[in-house]
Amino acid sequence: MTDATITSAPPAKAATPTRSALADMWKQFRAHKGGVAGLIIFTFIVLAVFVGPYIHTVAPNAINIRDKNQWPSLAHPFGTDNLGKDMLAQVLAGGRISLAVGITAMLLALFLGTLVGVLSGYFRRLDNPLMRLTDLFLALPLLPLLLVILMLFRDTLRSAFGPETGIFILIVFVIGITSWMHTARIVRGDVLSVKSQEFILAAKSSGMREYRIILKHILPNVLSSIMVSATLGIAAAIITESALSFLGLGFPSDFPTWGRLLFDGANFMQLTPSRVLWPGLAISMTVLSVNYMGDAIRDALDPRALKH
Amino acid sequence: MKNLKLLLAGTVAAIAFTGSVAHADRATDGDLKILFWQAVSTMNPYLSGGTKEVYASSMVIEPLARYDEKANLVPMLVTEIPTLENGGVAKDMLSITWKLKADVKWSDGTPFTADDVIFTWKYCTAPDGGCAQKAQYQGIKSVEAVDKNTVKVSFEEPKYYPYSAFVGAQSPVIQRKQFENCVGAKAPGCTAANFGPVGTGPFVVKEFKPNDVITLTANTNYRDPKKPAFASVTLKGGGDAASAARAVLETGEFDYGWNMQVEPEVLAKMVAAGKGKLETAFGTQVERIVLNRYNADPSLGAKRSTKEAGPHPSLADPAVRRALSLAIDRTTIVEAGYGAAGKETCNIVPAPAAVASTKNDSWCLKQDVAGANKLLDDAGWKKGSDGIRAKNGVKLNFLYSTSTNSVRQATQELVKAWWAEIGVGAELRNASASVFFGGDPASPDTFQKFYADVEMYTNNFDGTDPEKYLAEWLCDKAPSPSNGWQGQNIPRYCNADYDKGVAELSKTGDPAKRAELAKKLNDMLTEEGAHIPLVHRGQVSSHSLKLAGVRMNGWDSELWNVADWSRAK
Repeated sequence: MTDATITSAPPAKAATPTRSALADMWKQFRAHKGGVAGLIIFTFIVLAVFVGPYIHTVAPNAINIRDKNQWPSLAHPFGTDNLGKDMLAQVLAGGRISLAVGITAMLLALFLGTLVGVLSGYFRRLDNPLMRLTDLFLALPLLPLLLVILMLFRDTLRSAFGPETGIFILIVFVIGITSWMHTARIVRGDVLSVKSQEFILAAKSSGMREYRIILKHILPNVLSSIMVSATLGIAAAIITESALSFLGLGFPSDFPTWGRLLFDGANFMQLTPSRVLWPGLAISMTVLSVNYMGDAIRDALDPRALKH
Repeated sequence: MKNLKLLLAGTVAAIAFTGSVAHADRATDGDLKILFWQAVSTMNPYLSGGTKEVYASSMVIEPLARYDEKANLVPMLVTEIPTLENGGVAKDMLSITWKLKADVKWSDGTPFTADDVIFTWKYCTAPDGGCAQKAQYQGIKSVEAVDKNTVKVSFEEPKYYPYSAFVGAQSPVIQRKQFENCVGAKAPGCTAANFGPVGTGPFVVKEFKPNDVITLTANTNYRDPKKPAFASVTLKGGGDAASAARAVLETGEFDYGWNMQVEPEVLAKMVAAGKGKLETAFGTQVERIVLNRYNADPSLGAKRSTKEAGPHPSLADPAVRRALSLAIDRTTIVEAGYGAAGKETCNIVPAPAAVASTKNDSWCLKQDVAGANKLLDDAGWKKGSDGIRAKNGVKLNFLYSTSTNSVRQATQELVKAWWAEIGVGAELRNASASVFFGGDPASPDTFQKFYADVEMYTNNFDGTDPEKYLAEWLCDKAPSPSNGWQGQNIPRYCNADYDKGVAELSKTGDPAKRAELAKKLNDMLTEEGAHIPLVHRGQVSSHSLKLAGVRMNGWDSELWNVADWSRAK
């Protein structure tokens, strides 16, 4: 009992200033109206997509050919497609996949980008090879690469994880490894400028290990640009996945994602406009809200802005 | 003299003003705008087997005879169709003699002779020349000129259907003078000739931009002085089926649009705009689901779908193959994806009527889920806790692949739902059409490799005689690594009785007996479940209401009678 009070006491003390920094950031974030709106919309979309299916309990893949091409009604709030599948259920189900792909691919790209960026910015010897590697990846055309990767690994992943998880891993992997380069370049630039400041020199002369300098001093100072590229990364990953689905390269065709719904609905634009309206709106609202949030986060994390 | 000139000028002006009479004169109806959403890459059909190239070139170069919209042969560059009755076809079926029209001229003004016909044969059969239409000239021993206007084609063995060389849009006659130095390996290098062949047809190429636009003008040397009615043709390529349909039906920017492979309700909406109409021609296209006889398990690696992989663990069971067909509601597929452009079918040879069987229509055309379930129950396939049937550890789960196209993906989903009702699972996959039909031996996604349990696509045969087509299901035609995955026996079907039947067909001359044999072979394929025929597909094209004279043709080029087209007033 006494042990517990002793161990928990110091963090509690240390937490007080952090909390005020967090509160400062939150205040800063709230000042950005677009960011707040973005946060609200993004939260709403995430909630709708994950909780929605429990309220609107129609199965997204249930075919009912008699109810095809319907306009919105009480039974089908977003109407139905040309096979009579409920559009609302499909948009919700598609959103879960699109968001999951977006966030996971973003995390992967962020990890790779930060790693490469910090290493090449901090260690002069690694700078040239890593940056040339980045150039190499920037020059890789995404679609041919994807075709090759699909061909090489599809069957292996499919037998190991099943068709849906297999293709999920594949797509996340492909988007992840082809979108880390911009993060890497931004992070490298920031690391270079932070590295030359006095407090790093002080840390070095105090005998601090390199990895601890990176973790304790460099990373926190480049966090704002990492956060910004994270938010931009989600948007880019969702759009890339949509493009892949649009080209028929993504998930199996009965597996709705926002991009695929948009692709399938394009021909029916005049007949049932809601088929392209909702998936299109969902993609653009998500991407927009995430971008505004990124903008607000950058403001909130900017030390110069905090002075005001 | 001056008066005569005035009079002539007056007549020309009068004709121009009173152009309301259909086919008043040559080149009086302005520009004909045609849209092919798959762009044309060459005007030489011998260098590209693509439908779009064959169709586009059919306005410029012509065969000796064509099929009309009712699949009858009509003479083009010959005086009559050779038959046994008129002595044009030899009694022993070893030769056919064509009598050329005497006054036909090439568009450059030189006379059209038997020499050109002989040269065309030599051009396509030249060694190391990649002629795309070689099949048309198969089994020909020689082509000789009896005189300047008579050509005799001799065959190596009796040919009971001799109308293949120089018949139809796929084997037009090209000019000897122009292509003389373009034989064999040199053929693809003759760009000027391949892009602008000299022809006998109603139009002449004026400018050719590969994969983009072709402009043609009326052929001043065309044999009918009153045709063509249009002064020029602009053939634009590119886009997609839906936007092409819109350009013809809704906005009226184009007069003719080829291949409207779009959902029926979308087309109906466009037709309602009142600017154009759809034309459907039923040839021999059948959309089918092919069932793999060999094991396609990915763990088998390169051995998949070959003889070495062994028989398919579940599709080798005839009860499973029959049940898969019974569970499908073809009427709904037609309704959802094809509309007026499709009919339910259980035949792989759906037309012409003389060779179309009706034997299996009674059990196969109607969906029978209960019957399919019973069939599987009796065969010992028991439903597991996941609703999927299994026997001896083998589950009825199939990988179902096809090309990327919204109608095909919709069909896939429908079929998957019906199969779920009989305890069969399906995993859907689609590959881009250029990959799926691309035939690249390095790609695992081609329909020939068939690295899937079942796959769906459309195929057809040219002309009206199914002999060559039915020979595709011979045992030795199965694609495998040893033949570079060539071979048309995609289901890897093999039946000694079937092979015997095909051999018999090739030796039978009597049309009635041939039809009977063809029906028997077709029924064999359906009954034994080499594939599941789904829809007899029509070709759908659209044209503006301001265009007259279109006779939609499923047996030859859709532009076969473009000389007769005119501007409706």
